[in-house]
Amino acid sequence: MRFVDEFRDADKAHALAAKIASLCEPGRQYKLMEVCGGHTHTIYKHGLEDYLPEQITLVHGPGCPVCVIPMGRVDDAMALASDPDVIMTSFGDMMRVPGSNGSFFDAKARGTDIRMVYSPLDSLKIARQNPDKRVIFMAIGFETTAPSTAMTVLRAAAEGLTNFSIFCNHVTIIPAIKAILDSPDLRLDGFIGPGHVSTVIGCRPYEFIARDYGKPVVVAGFEPLDILQSIYMLMLQLSQDRAEIENQYSRVVPWDGNVVALRAIGQTMELRPYFEWRGLGFISHSALKVRSDYAKFDAELLYSVPGVRVADPKACQCGEVLKGVLKPWECKVFGTACTPETPIGTCMVSPEGACAAYYNYGRLTRTRVKEASTS
Amino acid sequence: MCLGIPGEVIEILPDQPDLARVDVSGVRRVINIGLLENETIAPGEWVLIHVGFALSKIDEAEAAAALEFLEGIGQAYEDELAALAESRIE
Repeated sequence: MRFVDEFRDADKAHALAAKIASLCEPGRQYKLMEVCGGHTHTIYKHGLEDYLPEQITLVHGPGCPVCVIPMGRVDDAMALASDPDVIMTSFGDMMRVPGSNGSFFDAKARGTDIRMVYSPLDSLKIARQNPDKRVIFMAIGFETTAPSTAMTVLRAAAEGLTNFSIFCNHVTIIPAIKAILDSPDLRLDGFIGPGHVSTVIGCRPYEFIARDYGKPVVVAGFEPLDILQSIYMLMLQLSQDRAEIENQYSRVVPWDGNVVALRAIGQTMELRPYFEWRGLGFISHSALKVRSDYAKFDAELLYSVPGVRVADPKACQCGEVLKGVLKPWECKVFGTACTPETPIGTCMVSPEGACAAYYNYGRLTRTRVKEASTS
Repeated sequence: MCLGIPGEVIEILPDQPDLARVDVSGVRRVINIGLLENETIAPGEWVLIHVGFALSKIDEAEAAAALEFLEGIGQAYEDELAALAESRIE
């Protein structure tokens, strides 16, 4: 219990933990998925599983934007960036994601012009400053970052910029959750809903989970007590045979989301028929592409992209980890061949990835000790 | 990248009502507030920022709690702040 005193509200956490424990039916196992990688990070940073009864397992979901980008898309981006007339811009998180021929960082070291930016708007500035170059922004992320890309495209259009485009890899969270619900590998009892994605999409899109699958969802904030409170709310629903959508993070998340953000996405992007997710495979209507009205900002149309599907390295089991079927430490290469310094799979790259969270916060030891003592 | 970071609004840029100068843990940079066009934003108020865009308005208590949480997670927040410090949105 060495994590207990790491946050100031340990008393409140223990009180919540006791309430959670009192709601467990004897003999029943509960599997709750935290969809968002930010939540995974909090859970391992603060050792929240130590507060929960053994009957409750937290399963890590696919909500890590860097983790779900398939290798083929990294290779496509590299192909775009390899043109000497191109400046590729990318969020820092993306820089270490391995493609078939290394990461953006590796390519940069080989002389490719790839620049890290904080915001897509910084890419616009680079485009204005380099009129003789073509600037391509590697757009990634769920609905948290898609509005920023959308607003940037609108701004580029308003300015009449002709040397800026995006390589669009935005994904949407709802189809991924549905794919997990439809997967025979995993039986889940409820979901800790993502906080920041919900700021944009609101709570309504989750209603099908309660209505069609009979599972509760609680949208949660990122602090340790938020997550424990959300687990309590889920357990209360389960104990009362309810399945509803509740919003624990209402101080930030409006029920209807951010309508301006949704409008900007809708104006500039549309759903792709299908998109490949690392580990989850092809999922229908699960990603966004640039709408034809804004085709001149779509790098995939402007330039030739190989579009070759590349299988993940054989040793890598990120797919199973992303679906919540495997715990990070159950992967064969976890912590040995695959570490945050030399990642084989994406889950070890991003701080939001489940493997990196496990690795950084010493969960490996604890889990193995726990497993050993119960086997 | 997916981290929402709280910033205190210092000023709305004259002639550019969709841009605001904010203070994030002492780093002062310009961000876009166009996604909050349905709300009034004034100096002294707090917003939650994602990749250069304010995504929601928050109160001071929420900002303080979010900041404490972010400072607790260490490296990822430091990286985000370092990236923000390099940003030159206009």
